[in-house]
Amino acid sequence: MLKDKDLLGLQHLSADEINLILDGAVATKKFLEGDRKCSEVLKGRTLVTLFYENSTRTRTSFELAAKYLGANVVNISVATSSVQKGETLVDTGKTLDSMKVDFIAIRHPMAGAPALLAKNVAASVINGGDGMHEHPTQALLDIFTLKERYGKIEGLKVAILGDIKHSRVALSNLFGLTKLGAETYMYAPGTMLPKDIAALGAHVANSREEAVEGADAVMGLRIQLERMNGGLFPSAGEYAKYFGIDDGLMKYAKKGAIILHPGPVNRGVELPPALIDGETSFINRQVTNGLAVRMSILKLLDGYRGVRL
Amino acid sequence: MKLLIKNGTLVTPQGEIRADLLINDGKIAAIGALSESGCKIIDASGKHVLPGLIDIHVHLREPGYEGKEDIKSGSEAAVKGGVTQVCCMPNTNPVCDNAVVATYIKARAKEVNLCKIHPIGAITKGEQGETLADIGKMKSAGVVALSDDGKSVMNSYIMRLAMEYANSFGLKCLCHCEDANLVDGGVVNEGYNSTLTGLKGSLRAAEDIMISREIALSESLDIPVHICHVSTYSGVEIIRSAKARGVKVTAETCPHYFILTDDVIADYDTFTKVNPPLRERRDVEEIIRGLQDGTLDCIVTDHAPHALKDKQTEYNLAASGISGIETSLALSYTYLVKTGKLTLCGLAEKMCSAPAKILGLEGGELREGAPADIVIADLEKSYTIDGNAFVSKGKNTPFNGYKVNGVVEYTIVDGEIKYCK
Repeated sequence: MLKDKDLLGLQHLSADEINLILDGAVATKKFLEGDRKCSEVLKGRTLVTLFYENSTRTRTSFELAAKYLGANVVNISVATSSVQKGETLVDTGKTLDSMKVDFIAIRHPMAGAPALLAKNVAASVINGGDGMHEHPTQALLDIFTLKERYGKIEGLKVAILGDIKHSRVALSNLFGLTKLGAETYMYAPGTMLPKDIAALGAHVANSREEAVEGADAVMGLRIQLERMNGGLFPSAGEYAKYFGIDDGLMKYAKKGAIILHPGPVNRGVELPPALIDGETSFINRQVTNGLAVRMSILKLLDGYRGVRL
Repeated sequence: MKLLIKNGTLVTPQGEIRADLLINDGKIAAIGALSESGCKIIDASGKHVLPGLIDIHVHLREPGYEGKEDIKSGSEAAVKGGVTQVCCMPNTNPVCDNAVVATYIKARAKEVNLCKIHPIGAITKGEQGETLADIGKMKSAGVVALSDDGKSVMNSYIMRLAMEYANSFGLKCLCHCEDANLVDGGVVNEGYNSTLTGLKGSLRAAEDIMISREIALSESLDIPVHICHVSTYSGVEIIRSAKARGVKVTAETCPHYFILTDDVIADYDTFTKVNPPLRERRDVEEIIRGLQDGTLDCIVTDHAPHALKDKQTEYNLAASGISGIETSLALSYTYLVKTGKLTLCGLAEKMCSAPAKILGLEGGELREGAPADIVIADLEKSYTIDGNAFVSKGKNTPFNGYKVNGVVEYTIVDGEIKYCK
């Protein structure tokens, strides 16, 4: 059983809870690979996806996860601009609560927004990404993918390269991987490294090669190309040359090391197309696993609701 | 009207003394072993008698933001906190950048008639940092200082002109120090906790650069300057070294900067959001050292009341500021005097005489002939802070649940009892 009604981040999950979700995902993945994907596990439950930022993959993944389990799904998208005017997040949450919604998957540009929502609603809140904070379902699917490949997490070395400072994926992965006994190495230009990340358990490498040396998996993070104009880096070409992942770099990794990326990928910036589409790339498998993990989470949160509500 | 305060412990610049204090005609008439008939007597046995606190950094919100606070509710909060003189910041609506608003504030203060209220005028029109406000006219209307509080005047040339022009009217600039470009939307201190929470951070450098600039201008022009709410250890060191070479700089800090670290932001409690942001342990420690060695001259509250709706929102969107005027004496006494960091007389200097001296205000000391602005407090009495019990409209305190010592029993302004517990 999970100890909270909500899934807000990996910071507050125990290793046991993470393993519970991963174990559950083994079963849901098997189900996904079956012929017809119909289940009544969540029949009569309702998920609302409440997205204050654009997303295709995460949102669709939540929606399908719920639908494959027999739940009703309603999608609400809110333009970012309207966050600052009109209805407050708390009021929106209370409105959804009054409509007897069971789960709210929220994505929001501001850190802490899912926690604020969770405090004010009876529904289970799932964080689909909040600002530069956490993206727990993404990290769980990354970790599930690693576990599927290696059979365990403990003792693995994972290198994360890219815009770590503005990434909620990096922080959630750091929390989750550290809790399960993996080592996380990070490398990025100084403008993309958050302060004191080492105090949270990351090894901050001095070079790409050091980060990737002997790694079991290399994860690229999406670079927001619009950040170029903000001065975080001068050009996509320069980024790719000094901070990207390429064939030469992958030679430092362990033989057979896999490539992960939360997507969508800027082809030729974080990774060259040949690597994205190559044998070591697990990027598409991550998407399938995301569905399995989210199904597992919905089932576990539903178990919580069944007992506590 | 005469008033005799008997048997109290008086906190004076010469130390704590057991004595009686007679008030006559709004002034302190005598201090000593006194017996007087035919006047009201307050028995202050076991209590401390202090000069009324002078808080030179307060937001009263009127005119324009009466949903957050007004001059009446702010004055009630002040006297409940033992504050007898308040200097209120100009970021009202309209901004106090002209004589009309300053005159209005003084008139409202007179109507409310609780504590003394001194308006602070804006440095630049609309606090926009571009052209000088009506500094001379505001001086005539009674402003005691100038500030674009809430932000720095980003253009150094404009700031130079402001300091020179203000100085010709004998007015000091009180400088909020944050480089807006470097803050770049940051809402908390940049460090471990900003990384942990994913909240956008603001470096110490954003504050330190502006502290350094104001000191550089002050030093080059030989014009006094005052640094508002210092929050960084490095800022303390910059001011310390400037003072050592004789720069005419004074500085203030607030209870939240010498008590809290940014660990309290971890659950996104918006009551912890304040500008400049709460920092780390080493900052808290250095600020206390700065108070001890005189680098930081005075303690203010930066009382920043907000309506609950301004705080019940995403951290990024929440208004910045802490409602502090009702708790400053108890928090300062508990965290500075009870811990042995400052003597009680030292605290009285930080909260009473030093702020008076910085802005050339009357009062701030218990001595014969001075205005009878007095606080009688039971400093040993403890209570638990509860923002909902504030008389201020702003219930926004990060100190909810803190157990503190120091309860104000009487606040006397110009010889009149304005608050009695």
